[in-house]
Amino acid sequence: MRNTTFSIAPLGDSAIMIEWEQRISPIIHAQVMQAFHHLQSLQQPYITDLIPAYASLAVCYDAAQIRQAVKRPARAWITSFITQALQEAGASTAAALPGRSLEIPVCYHPSLAPDLATMAQQKGLSEEAMVALHTATTYTVYMLGFLPGFPYMGTVDAQLVTPRLKQPRTQVPAGSVGIAGEQTGIYPLPSPGGWNIIGRTPLRMFDANRADPCYCRPGDQVRFVPVSLEAFTKLLS
Amino acid sequence: MNLRVLQPGLLDTVQDAGRHGYQHLGINPGGVMDRIGMYVANSLVGNDPAEAVIELHFPAAAFLLDAPAMIALSGADLGAMVNDQPVPINRPLVVSGQSVLRFTRPVSGACGYLAIRHGLALDSWLGSYSTHLPAGAGGFGGRALQKNDVVPLRLATSYNAVLRQQQVAELPWTAGTGELYGAADRIHITEGSGFALLNAHAQEQLTTSSFAVAPQSDRMGFRLQGPPLKTEHKAELLSAGVPLGTIQLLPNGQLIVLMADHQITGGYPRVAHVITVDQPTLAQLRPRQELRFAMIAPDTAEELLWQQEQRLLFLQNACKLRLEEWLSHYGLH
Repeated sequence: MRNTTFSIAPLGDSAIMIEWEQRISPIIHAQVMQAFHHLQSLQQPYITDLIPAYASLAVCYDAAQIRQAVKRPARAWITSFITQALQEAGASTAAALPGRSLEIPVCYHPSLAPDLATMAQQKGLSEEAMVALHTATTYTVYMLGFLPGFPYMGTVDAQLVTPRLKQPRTQVPAGSVGIAGEQTGIYPLPSPGGWNIIGRTPLRMFDANRADPCYCRPGDQVRFVPVSLEAFTKLLS
Repeated sequence: MNLRVLQPGLLDTVQDAGRHGYQHLGINPGGVMDRIGMYVANSLVGNDPAEAVIELHFPAAAFLLDAPAMIALSGADLGAMVNDQPVPINRPLVVSGQSVLRFTRPVSGACGYLAIRHGLALDSWLGSYSTHLPAGAGGFGGRALQKNDVVPLRLATSYNAVLRQQQVAELPWTAGTGELYGAADRIHITEGSGFALLNAHAQEQLTTSSFAVAPQSDRMGFRLQGPPLKTEHKAELLSAGVPLGTIQLLPNGQLIVLMADHQITGGYPRVAHVITVDQPTLAQLRPRQELRFAMIAPDTAEELLWQQEQRLLFLQNACKLRLEEWLSHYGLH
């Protein structure tokens, strides 16, 4: 995190926003994740939530508790706490925690990929070439949002970049793998949605009963592995 | 000892102060729309202020309490009746076994809260009893209450000495909530990073125009109807974390305020943030009701938050003292 600059600004009266250079880049995101992991490791009880995204980290805090404990304005206290913590993180020579490497099986069979053929046609590519491009990249999970465990991953090969559907679907099945702009993502739960669906994973991306309900974490490195419809069905059970 | 749903309402869910610490996984906090309503209802019956309550929207459910219980209602006044006898909000009530609690008309406010002394015997999910509807987890089976649902209660107490053949006894004190809520024509906001994107006229309109809560508003967000706010230039923003109360500017110039079940990240300009203190006032507005914003500095917002916290603590302590005195008088605890 050396030689990097960030800014801190209020985000309402109970959160602050740390922002880095505003662009999608694995290097900037690594800084976000380093700050996230460092702040998480401090287990500061007044910090109620940390929300890492592409080039920002929102820090939610309990203003009343801080004020009660430190007897001075919470925002000033949290701002200096964060500034100091980020300087520590930046000064440390330890490499940022690498994200986990995950392999996610995806079946690109037409029955599970309602938008694959249309996209292939628009781009003048074969469906096989589309799949090859989608599976060739290792993606970074930049953030989770929209639904519990929905990973926003990037960035897809330039040839795969596709705007969201003009008319969102009322129901997208859980496990559906989609593309929106230069991002790719997976619907962890059935939901309305406007991403272009090109396949489906048999993995349960979200399961409330698991100790870790969400399959992905921010910073994970994801590779998609194509599987046949038979393998998909087998893995589902 | 149970609470049985005789008739379902529009959206009755178990909620508490929310599920915190999981937003990095995309799990939003949820929780009550009006934290004051939860706090007051719980305080009146001697619960922890953040104990799980049932949040009610009109038309609200009808419930059967199968054993005597101490309950309190707060937040919206939904014309509550116990066995056809009108009962007030913001007051502890002791009701006899086999009592029917129902809600007859939306008198004021949008979200009502039902707290029951000793609380609901449910399992928490990730440290909270709040119902997460998309995840199907937390609260009562991860969903809104339906007909014939039986919500188990933690502890039964005999209130025979109190009730003496009556079906309802109102305890002789009321929680004053007047100072806890603000006014709809003065919902305080602080500047967001997107405020600077608005043109000078739109910056002025934000605090001089009247906005109405759109009918399609829900627990996720309040859409506002007002003059379209124009930006100086178009901005492409990266999605980032957005907390409760964030006011986002949609591409059509309309505003949406993020409420309890809001998504965690957003890519629209964040023009302002409704201060924590005024979020309950906003939550209690019904569709088509009008509101106005007033801009204050973040430090002032925090000062107001601190003052509200002190008032809530004072109210909680006052309730506790009255209740302890009353309980010991009847040899209860």
